Amino acid sequence: MKKLLGMTLLLIMLVVAICTFQWFTHPDHSITFLSSVNLCNLAQRIGLLGIYALGAGIVILSGGIDLSIGSVMAFVGVAVAMLTVAGWNPFVASALVVLCCVLLGCWHGFLVGRIKLQPFIATLASLLLLRGLARGIPNGIAQTISHEPFAFLGNGSYLGIPITFWLLIIIALILGFLMNFTVYGRYLYAIGRNAEAVRYSGIKVNRVRTLAFVICAVLAGVAGVLELSLNHEIQPAQSALMYEMWAIAAAVLGGCSLRGGEGSVLGVIIGAMLIRVMDNGMNLVGVSSEWQWAVIGVIVLGGVIADAAYKLRAANKT
Amino acid sequence: MGESTALLQMQNITKRFPGVLALNGVDLDLREGEILGLIGENGAGKSTLMRILGGDYPADSGDIVICGKQAQITDVQHSIALGVSIIYQELNLAPNLDIASNIFLGREPAWGALGIVDSRALYSKAAEIAGRVGISAPMNTLVETLSIGEQQLVEIAKALSVDSGILVLDEPTSSLSPAEASKLFEVMRGLKNAGVSMIYISHRLAEIRELCDRVVVLRDGERVGELSGDRICPEEMVRLMVGRDISRFFPEHGRHAEGDTVLMVRDLSYRGGRDVVNFDLRAGEILGIAGLVGAGRTELVEALFGVEPKHDGEVQVMGENVEIRAPADAINVGMGLVPEDRKALGVILEMPVTENISLPGIGNYNPPFMDRNKEKEVAVELVDRLEIKTPSLNQLVQFLSGGNQQKVALAKWLGISPKILILDEPTRGIDVGSKSEIYRLIRELADDGMGVIMVSSEMDEIIGLSDRVMVMHEGKETGILDRADINEQNIMHLATGGSQA
Ligand SMILES: Nc1ncnc2c1ncn2[C@@H]1O[C@H](COP(=O)(O)OP(=O)(O)OP(=O)(O)O)[C@@H](O)[C@H]1O
Ligand SMILES: [Mg+2]
Repeated sequence: MKKLLGMTLLLIMLVVAICTFQWFTHPDHSITFLSSVNLCNLAQRIGLLGIYALGAGIVILSGGIDLSIGSVMAFVGVAVAMLTVAGWNPFVASALVVLCCVLLGCWHGFLVGRIKLQPFIATLASLLLLRGLARGIPNGIAQTISHEPFAFLGNGSYLGIPITFWLLIIIALILGFLMNFTVYGRYLYAIGRNAEAVRYSGIKVNRVRTLAFVICAVLAGVAGVLELSLNHEIQPAQSALMYEMWAIAAAVLGGCSLRGGEGSVLGVIIGAMLIRVMDNGMNLVGVSSEWQWAVIGVIVLGGVIADAAYKLRAANKT
Repeated sequence: MGESTALLQMQNITKRFPGVLALNGVDLDLREGEILGLIGENGAGKSTLMRILGGDYPADSGDIVICGKQAQITDVQHSIALGVSIIYQELNLAPNLDIASNIFLGREPAWGALGIVDSRALYSKAAEIAGRVGISAPMNTLVETLSIGEQQLVEIAKALSVDSGILVLDEPTSSLSPAEASKLFEVMRGLKNAGVSMIYISHRLAEIRELCDRVVVLRDGERVGELSGDRICPEEMVRLMVGRDISRFFPEHGRHAEGDTVLMVRDLSYRGGRDVVNFDLRAGEILGIAGLVGAGRTELVEALFGVEPKHDGEVQVMGENVEIRAPADAINVGMGLVPEDRKALGVILEMPVTENISLPGIGNYNPPFMDRNKEKEVAVELVDRLEIKTPSLNQLVQFLSGGNQQKVALAKWLGISPKILILDEPTRGIDVGSKSEIYRLIRELADDGMGVIMVSSEMDEIIGLSDRVMVMHEGKETGILDRADINEQNIMHLATGGSQA
């Protein structure tokens, strides 16, 4: 809880800093950060990142990791685009492909639970495999689609709030319910801490782990559909490249520990906000986008170090 | 020899944890070349006092004087430099390293300044120390493949590998076999003759009487007395520890087990099928399983509970054939298991008391929802019934004393009232007062119609509590003793491979 407070504070400070900077540097004291166009844009991007970061967060919470998110997104994008080009309704295609993500999650659960592969390795294989398929099947050629209703998913808004952000809210509510009001939430936390002890308590650990991988794969699939809808096209080699790293960064910033057993839905969303606000702020302030990775890297490192230092101090105090 | 000077003095030590006053103005002095016993109930503050000496955390107030010099122990390194070596209650080994590397972890013999490890010297030195404490496994065995008892021996070897004037042993024998323990005592006597002073913590009062020159007793964070010479006898020690006499240690035997057979095991094979076991368990009885360490008792109950799914043979619960492939199946047919390795398997250390207790049951309260009210109700009742000492229900289990952790591991199962309860070393690390409590509790459960299987290495416990005893030797049952035949000679005869008369 304290950590969430810290991160929220950091977020507020960041926003204040951006606004102040703009107020002083703009001759007319205009704050473009707070313009509705910018906020809308920001919310749209937070929504997208938040959706797949939540997936990453749940797997991390259960003591695992999923490296395949970016590749899943690219694969889903290519698959939906190609089906649409072939004459399918893009919504039907999306539903079908996202359904296939359930199978992928089960596959990860099988590899980790039954074959006893480490989650890192199992999902690394999917990272390579799915990206390879996404590039190989269309032979590397970018796919473009134009379908007004479908484009609305990624670009449209309702009551002034982007659809992606609405989706994030809905998904967060569902996951928040799952984590806090059903036994699966309890099991996920417990497995992240000591999976063997949970198994000895008669819980089907593999099933719960699989559930986490399924949620992650499905959310990555949804994000893939949104990304395609947003851009109207997909570049098999570049699209969603390294997005799993953004997802993991958001989860870690939001309080997930890679050791497992720690983290919350709200935390991950705050983590996603931090990353996107930082991004956006740098754009507005005029830092070249070439620097963005480095800056986010520093923030992630700073956030985790601050947390570690805080924990150390708390431990010494007792 | 007890008249020599004080080597170590801890004066007026106070330590407070959130919600607990763990130590309240405790004095402790250790004289040169003596073995000082430190006893007290679970949560009395023994380990806390030793952790302060070891530099794990500082005391809130109080002084430590070593060799007449005031010592401000700031961290573990500092404490080691002052000649203090501590074998902690919890194992602190690197499971993925071998025995030799663990013994010399951080102090590997090296060539010159480059720090290239001299493995020849490492292994030969390690073998020498390991030989002294009786480790039989080769030095390149990975620690994670060793039994808990063997790991404990590695921990002891590690402490002996530094030359220290003060050696603290916090419940080193709780997971050792009698043979391993007597080997350890031999080593301790040797060290004593070499002038090493030792502080020895144990809940086994017979050991304390055998080894210690003097005994200091703690109760609820306060020093309540000191015994020496002839006064070191179980009655005196118990009186000081508990603050009252324990008149009856073991409860009356059951209203005799005439209940139905709840569990029937036929030709059960485990450990890759080499070993085959047959036995029955009736409702209302306590079946003790005795045997030497390595007899396969833990493996047997784990096979029964579905931890190791591959086994052959027939298991009947309440007269029906059951196929148990996972602990979940075992629980479904009404079994519960309190495993031997409490920290790794019995509880989740970083979770609160309540959530640990509810773990096996919460899925059934109101699935798939989490019924927090029911959860709390169950936890409150069990914490009360087992007298678990904790400042709150939300305390993380890792902050409870060892004995109270064990009670949590037991409470988990009582919450789902199984028909068959399997206990693997149920009183490991538990003080005398709580032990008799737990015995009474186990008996009560049996009287209420539960069938109880109790694996134990403590002869007293097996003899005092069991209605029948199954003795195992090298993975097979060598005999089942009825009430009238349960005695030490018969058990040892069967445990060493003898056949039933
Ligand atoms: N790090 C901690 N944080 C909070 N409370 C603690 C911590 N360590 C110990 N305690 C509490 O301090 C008290 C003393 O615990 P300690 O471990 O010293 O008991 P002990 O005498 O060694 O018991 P046992 O025989 O069960 O090992 C207990 O009530 C315990 O719950
Ligand atoms: Mg202790």
